[in-house]
Amino acid sequence: MLHKMLLIRKFEEKVEELFLVKGLLIGPSHLYLGQEAIATGAIMALEKDDQTVTTYRGHGHALAKDVPANLCMAELFGKSSGNCKGLGGSMHIGIYPKVGSLYATAIVGSGIPIAAGVALGLKLKKSRNIVATFFGDGAVNTGEFHEGVNLIAVWKLPVLVFCENNQYAMSTPVKRAVSSPSIAERGRAYGIDTIVVDGNDVISVYVATKIAAEKARQQSLPTFLECITYKMKGHGVYDKGDYRPKDEVAKWLERDPILVFKKRMLEKRLLTQTEIDQEEKTVQQEIEDSVTFALAGSPMPFDEMKNYVYAGGA
Amino acid sequence: MRELTYADALREALREEMLRDPNVILLGEEIGVFNGVYKVTRGLLDEFGPERVRDTPISEAAITGAAVGLALAGMRPVAEIMYMDFLPICMDQLVTQAAKMRFMSGGQLKVPMVLRTQYSLGRQHGAQHSQFTPSWFLQVPGLKVVLPATPHDAKGLLTSAIRDENPVLFVESGLLYRTKGPVPEGEYTIPLGVADVKRKGDDVTIVGVSRCVNESLSAAKTLEEKGVSVEVIDIRTLQPLDLQTILDSVKRTARLVIVSDDVKTGGVGAEISAAVTENAFDYLDAPVMRVACPDTPIPFSPPLEQLYMPNADKVIQAVDQIVG
Repeated sequence: MLHKMLLIRKFEEKVEELFLVKGLLIGPSHLYLGQEAIATGAIMALEKDDQTVTTYRGHGHALAKDVPANLCMAELFGKSSGNCKGLGGSMHIGIYPKVGSLYATAIVGSGIPIAAGVALGLKLKKSRNIVATFFGDGAVNTGEFHEGVNLIAVWKLPVLVFCENNQYAMSTPVKRAVSSPSIAERGRAYGIDTIVVDGNDVISVYVATKIAAEKARQQSLPTFLECITYKMKGHGVYDKGDYRPKDEVAKWLERDPILVFKKRMLEKRLLTQTEIDQEEKTVQQEIEDSVTFALAGSPMPFDEMKNYVYAGGA
Repeated sequence: MRELTYADALREALREEMLRDPNVILLGEEIGVFNGVYKVTRGLLDEFGPERVRDTPISEAAITGAAVGLALAGMRPVAEIMYMDFLPICMDQLVTQAAKMRFMSGGQLKVPMVLRTQYSLGRQHGAQHSQFTPSWFLQVPGLKVVLPATPHDAKGLLTSAIRDENPVLFVESGLLYRTKGPVPEGEYTIPLGVADVKRKGDDVTIVGVSRCVNESLSAAKTLEEKGVSVEVIDIRTLQPLDLQTILDSVKRTARLVIVSDDVKTGGVGAEISAAVTENAFDYLDAPVMRVACPDTPIPFSPPLEQLYMPNADKVIQAVDQIVG
């Protein structure tokens, strides 16, 4: 768990540095800093062949689902050595079906009906595998969210519906955008079992997901999980997030999911500071290596691009 | 050869493909218990059961999104959107998701799905239940667009669409469902991206789209009596567009008329005209003509709707302007 959370944290910090300090990366990039516990806890509670459908804020889910950091970094650089051969970019590095990281969409709310379809397909094929779909609080006001969640409920599909409530849809706070007293109520309104989870506590996320996953697997029933968390930075890498009250940011930073986890491990004597330091070093090296790998690649030849429009080479 | 209606030909393709491949499933509004608004799915619920013939809520975005997800999971979904006018509701899933997945995943994903829909121009359904908007999808690389004009083509093209590895928008014509024509027994395919010369001729080429192929053939008959030899090409698929067949014909006839039920400005005719001008300018002896609908929404009033639509007389008028 520590390894995965650190991997996401250090990957994202490196991405931020490559954008803002070194100027080597350009384009939109939506960092997962502060939300590491959700992707890590949720995906570690899944089986290897369970499928994820994530979003443009998907670096965390990709890494948690074992998309190699090398491929992710190369994708951010637009190199043909990236998992999407440089044709997808930051918002789609969650696409690596080889490890069950099935899809990542850049349109808010659109992953939910797709997750419903994937789950129906698995169910019809009598697979034991299930689907986990992740999206932010902004998505709950889209039509596709409501159509998709309703379909998941009415067809009893094995989907874990994760709303990562990081308090802001770009700069718009939840309380100015969501009419119901809570997002969780929207899950309940569709007759889906709903849990509110501390999204900054990786153990809570893991346990909640484990229970929900078993219910999906055994009874083909969905669960709606509202994970309460906070973006450490702004919406995208260029957003300073200075529309947020300073004391609010400070309060949440004290609940940094990695700090919380380390503290607990040290208190319970499950890890030593030396072990933690060693892990940090290992992960940092993995990230540095991923940059080296990315820099060594080159973009796809322009003429080759057209071969990726249609399957079967039409 | 036996004759079937366009609707029954489509139904036969669905049924044969469902028998052949257990991964083929149907979903859409009213396709099961109600047997489909146009009866294309008649009897399929009884034969294949509710797992494979799925009535859905009125949620076009979710229907399309679920089809995308099913395709990603290795199924071959055929989703039905009751009217072409409802496509804008599922545009995100069709255009921004399904059509781009292959490309932006660097070839990792494929989306073998068919989205069947129909347009009801000429059936007094008014401005919001009659539109024909195929040219929108010319702007969507990654999507295939199929528009059958005869029962024979309807069956063969639908079979190919279901077997295709890509998302296919399959546009039927509401006015054609009850028309009859010869349809072979058993499975057969018609390749997507190959136009069909429905009538040979030397003086002018007419390219027809969907229902307008029949109007063009009827115009060709009248024109023949007047001594004008007309070649009629049924475009059959708009994406990929079989430009070569059109160019080969135009290089012989030197004259081109495009007939389509969409609004003239920015329509299918505009693209074909531009492509022909770009590739065969020196062969043309007359301006390329378009017979299409005027730039207004579709009127309900039956006499107004008749004036609004392309028909054989309008095709003859267009030919008269450039021949002779």
